[in-house]
Amino acid sequence: MTRRHSSAGPPEERPDSGMWGEHGLLSRSRYRRMLFTVVIAVATVALAPLGVMSVITYRQYQDAFRAELTRPMFRFAEAGSQSLDAFLSERQLALAMVVRETPPEQLIEPGRLDTLLASMKQTFGGLVDLGFINEEGIQTAYAGPYELTGRDYAGHAWFQGAANRGSHVSDGFLGYRGLPHIAVAIRGHTDTGGWFVLRATIDTDVFHWLLRDRASRRPEQGSFCSRCHSLAVPPFSDAFIINEARQLQTPSQLYGAVLDTAGIPDLRSMPGTGLLETTDARGQDVAIAYAAIARSPFILVLVSPRDALHAGWLTLRRDLIVFPAASALLILAVVFTGTLYLVNRTRESDRKRAALFHKMEYANKLAAIGRLGAGVAHEINNPLSIIMQKAGLLRDLLTMSDEPPPRDKIIELTDSVLRSAERCGGITHRLLGFAKHMDVQRENIDLDVLLREVVSFLEKEAEYRQIRIDFVHDDDPPMVVGDRGQLQQVFLNIINNAFAAVEDGGHVQIEIRRADRDRIAVSVEDDGVGIPEDQLQQIFDPFFTTKKGAGTGLGLSITYGIVQKLGGEVSVWSRVGEGTRFTVTLPIGKPASP
Amino acid sequence: MTPPSVLIVDDEAELTSALEERLCLRGFRAVGVTNGPAALAQLDAMPWDVVLVDVKMPGLSGLDLVRAIRDRHPAQPVILLTGHASEEDAAAGQAMGVNEYLLKPVGIEQLVEVLRATADKKEGAT
Repeated sequence: MTRRHSSAGPPEERPDSGMWGEHGLLSRSRYRRMLFTVVIAVATVALAPLGVMSVITYRQYQDAFRAELTRPMFRFAEAGSQSLDAFLSERQLALAMVVRETPPEQLIEPGRLDTLLASMKQTFGGLVDLGFINEEGIQTAYAGPYELTGRDYAGHAWFQGAANRGSHVSDGFLGYRGLPHIAVAIRGHTDTGGWFVLRATIDTDVFHWLLRDRASRRPEQGSFCSRCHSLAVPPFSDAFIINEARQLQTPSQLYGAVLDTAGIPDLRSMPGTGLLETTDARGQDVAIAYAAIARSPFILVLVSPRDALHAGWLTLRRDLIVFPAASALLILAVVFTGTLYLVNRTRESDRKRAALFHKMEYANKLAAIGRLGAGVAHEINNPLSIIMQKAGLLRDLLTMSDEPPPRDKIIELTDSVLRSAERCGGITHRLLGFAKHMDVQRENIDLDVLLREVVSFLEKEAEYRQIRIDFVHDDDPPMVVGDRGQLQQVFLNIINNAFAAVEDGGHVQIEIRRADRDRIAVSVEDDGVGIPEDQLQQIFDPFFTTKKGAGTGLGLSITYGIVQKLGGEVSVWSRVGEGTRFTVTLPIGKPASP
Repeated sequence: MTPPSVLIVDDEAELTSALEERLCLRGFRAVGVTNGPAALAQLDAMPWDVVLVDVKMPGLSGLDLVRAIRDRHPAQPVILLTGHASEEDAAAGQAMGVNEYLLKPVGIEQLVEVLRATADKKEGAT
């Protein structure tokens, strides 16, 4: 099968085919990888600080918001407990003063307790009744709205507490009157060494009023509580008092009526004032601020459902999440679009570079062919001259002589013409065979055969200039996989340079050897003028030439480019006056698929 | 009148033999040799009206041969024949006093004309 090549310019090869093609330097997957790598790297650098800052801001806002929300609760509990403590201690002090100042025999005088109760109600308020209980626990005198004179309190906790410790504030209880109240009891002594208990009771409604209901009418008249702070229950919150057994001492909106058990955790293990976030008995998430009321068994509790407490936080949290997320999306979009644009530009520029390299390769090849021109012209003109003179002689013999030339002479002349024509054909075919290989094709190549083809172009010059060319190689060097035309160009460039460097009668040695398991090395060594050290650094640069006016300066840079594309390396050793050695190392590679 | 003598020097034996015969048919006494040393031997042996020298030859090149001829026979007319036009070769030839410079392949009429003119010039000079 014959291949036709008729174009005079570079063949119409698309630069995105072949070695630059779909699986090569211009492949789509390479640019896709580049796109994702750059997007991920830039996005990471851009988004990481945003992410870290967002998390830090989120945490700080969360802490600040929590503090902002819980501080009023905490303050309420603290202030409330102080108020209630003041309320209770005022009444305890008042009772203690009565016990201390008034002899017991006067206290049990009829009407005496009524007078005292009226006076105390006026001074302090919040008291329901007043009673005198003797050592046996019998209430011997009583002032108040109930019929409780003669009642036996010996078994009551508040009586025993006061008898044992001198004073006692009871839990809320119903007692004989059947209404929730607490008892404040103080022990007093008689001159004869006996003792008694003076007890006042406080309606628990007073506490309720203190905590929640100050706008409504007071339970009764009086100054009520001189040292009580004004309490304002935070919105959405429930304030109530419990005893240590979590029994409600005041009604609760969330947990029921007085003496019901509040569905909150046991606070006995957490003394003093505190705050906890938990789930209550109803399964609702709540924040609980609590404060123990001194000198009493009571704990003031403020409960806020977390939903209500966190409504503002949730709005802020939405902003704290949405804003960075929107920023991240925007950054990603900008990074992706920008990178896509840059990668496309890079791809376009690579494509142009590939096309330019392709043109340079062709220009170099033409220049190389041009340099061979002298030898080639001589090679072709010699057989042409023979054809011309032999054919001319035949004509001379036929036209200038009366007798026709002998048959043998005619055959000899025409054979000579045919031989010379064949010589011309061989030369032109060889030249075309070199020039036509511009479309990249990967195939198995025997380097020995290829190098001998290349050298055949220079044979005549070697002959005229008496340059000795030696081939040295291992017994059976392995094939390399590559493009024949490109490899021809690589070695023609290097051997051409060797010819330019040597004097007439010089020596060029071409050696093929195995560099290692996967690579084969071809070295071209001459004994020519050598390259000065300062020029060695530049010889692979485009347009660098030492052949004043005779070189394009493309040869070695193209050689370098092609060898790199083939996955190989070019190295050079040179010493002025001794010679130069170029070594091309090529991968052996897998056999080309058919 | 003796026919003009031409010594043809070219490494292509087939070319020298054809030229020999054609020039002889046109009244020349032509002899072909295929290398420089043989040409020098011929020149030393007898006088030649014109020497036709191929530039590219292995061993002693055409220009080296002309240089040697100039050393031994300074007045010897020489015509250079070359396979390719090279300015350097033309300039070198001119510097050595080469009479003519012909490009291969050359037609017999042109060659005969140049040879006769060169031979006549030599005739006139002696």
